[in-house]
Amino acid sequence: MVKEAEVRDPLILGKDVTYHSITEDVCAPIEGKAGKLWWGLFSVAIVLAIWGTGMILYTIGRGIGVWGLNNTVDWAWDITNFVWWVGIGHAGTLISAVLLLFRQKWRMAINRSAEAMTIFAVIMAALFPGIHMGRIWLAYFVFPVPNQFGSLWVNFNSPLLWDVFAISTYFSVSFVFWYIGLIPDFATIRDRAKGPMAKKMYSLLSFGWTGNAMAWVRFEEVSLVLAGLATPLVFSVHSIVSMDFATSVIPGWHTTIFPPYFVAGAVFSGFAMVQTLLLVVRKVLHFEHYITIQHIELMNRIITITGSIVGVAYLSELFISWYSGVEYEGYAFLNRATGPYWWSYAIMMSANVISPQLFWFKKLRTSLVFSFFLSIIVNIGMWFERFVIIVTSLHRDYIPSNWSMFHPTFVDIGVYLGTIGIFFVLFLGFTRVFPVLALNELKSILKSSGESYRDKDTGHH
Amino acid sequence: MTKEKFIYGMYNDDDLMIAGIKQLQSKGIHVRDAYSPFPIHGLEDVLGMKWTRIAIAAFIYGITGLTLAVITINYMMIMDWPLNIGGKPNFTFYQNLPAFIPIMFEFTVLCAGHGMAITYFFRNMTLPGLPARNPHPRTTDDHFAIEIAENENKKFSKEEIETMISESGTVAVFEKERIVKFL
Repeated sequence: MVKEAEVRDPLILGKDVTYHSITEDVCAPIEGKAGKLWWGLFSVAIVLAIWGTGMILYTIGRGIGVWGLNNTVDWAWDITNFVWWVGIGHAGTLISAVLLLFRQKWRMAINRSAEAMTIFAVIMAALFPGIHMGRIWLAYFVFPVPNQFGSLWVNFNSPLLWDVFAISTYFSVSFVFWYIGLIPDFATIRDRAKGPMAKKMYSLLSFGWTGNAMAWVRFEEVSLVLAGLATPLVFSVHSIVSMDFATSVIPGWHTTIFPPYFVAGAVFSGFAMVQTLLLVVRKVLHFEHYITIQHIELMNRIITITGSIVGVAYLSELFISWYSGVEYEGYAFLNRATGPYWWSYAIMMSANVISPQLFWFKKLRTSLVFSFFLSIIVNIGMWFERFVIIVTSLHRDYIPSNWSMFHPTFVDIGVYLGTIGIFFVLFLGFTRVFPVLALNELKSILKSSGESYRDKDTGHH
Repeated sequence: MTKEKFIYGMYNDDDLMIAGIKQLQSKGIHVRDAYSPFPIHGLEDVLGMKWTRIAIAAFIYGITGLTLAVITINYMMIMDWPLNIGGKPNFTFYQNLPAFIPIMFEFTVLCAGHGMAITYFFRNMTLPGLPARNPHPRTTDDHFAIEIAENENKKFSKEEIETMISESGTVAVFEKERIVKFL
């Protein structure tokens, strides 16, 4: 048995944690009944989801004229929400893939729910370009399929098509990665299930998993290779999303810093969302032994680092807009900071650059209440970042007579709140049906990083 | 569907199981497989199994994906209908290559990832609708089981094998039938 260094804090707390108690703890929310808090959150989410679905159907029925877009601001909330959700969807695969490659064991308590969050967030993101098409039934046009219009192929030079490939690859590979990890855990629930319905359902979901030696060897190899494949994927997806803007000639978008800046921002907002969800999950499902203060602190550190990278990117953008000597570029940034949308720029700057710096104080980054509060602030800040990039670059273009403002309609707001509702319906459903912690992976680190084993001198108990 | 009978020994700790396997092997018993609730590093070495070649398969799927992407893009964008976008060079695949790289990369990953996942499901025989084949429900919770075939250990009688297993630190020894082949 390889023992960890004494200076490392245990990842699984509790003096009497055993393999069996991990199973019990993780299966408890699935086998038990939901509490009042869960039903409360679920009710709010379902109301938002129904309202949002109505607004989405209304958009599809009436066309995107029901949004607040105008001739000048022809991209607004829709694409803002898309980029926001895709960004949030970056943390899950980053945690499970990049941290796996770096052999960070603390990922094991958070990877499952972070990946679930990723998948649901990417579904929400994919919805927006879908409904933005106007005629969603023609969505197959984005795929390179032979069609009835002669040799009309998709344009492989276009970042929008790169997006189609990037997001569908990212979504499907992340989903497979997540599901392969879930199969052994479903098998654990299957073998414990008492009711005939539950037994049947988890039998089907677990694909007949046996857990023999070779299956685990393949499991580990597949996880490693998928992590290796998913890592460049994480970086490519948001780089490509940023190129939707960067390859255009709009001042404020036409910058080469966009890909790294967007990726850092994506990880930043994704970790903030993971933090928001995990702080609730750990409380509601009683996972304090597994998602410890140490986990929260490590995530806060990543939030601080990525937040600082984003801050450097904002400042470089400002510098370059002046240093380039391009008058339009200079004006775009001056207008962002001091024009009619100065307040959104101020929210972005204070929420994304200044607020994460508070995590330099150990007291604050180990405080649950403060972490929760700050994670919400960061989520809001990152939404405003995309709003600032998109709307403030568009609303004042080259001809001053074209200048206008963007006013969201109730449909814009409804669709956005609706996706938050649908996301939480999916996530809350996930916490009742799926094992929220990767229980089999947790068992594999119990002896090396669990408090109940570490302090003993012998490997046996 | 072929079924076979095996003798199983159950342990309640992974280290005890590894020690048990080594003890049985030193007495000349061939342990054909082991079931555990989580991956145990080094177990495959103890059991004398070779490491999986699934990563090589993934590489081949990836190369296939890359090739398919190149062929498709070349056909659509260069041969069938070249697009003039702002007068940028587009007459040969080589000239247009930088703009094609993102999709070539994405498609490589798509094929490698999904190809490997499908291979993984078939090699493990974990597919939707298949029945559970682990010897005991607790091998997915906190117990560890070793599998021994009588006909692979002809030197010993069944009773001798069972005694030796129970002397290796097990909590239970039992005989059970399991599906070994579906087709």
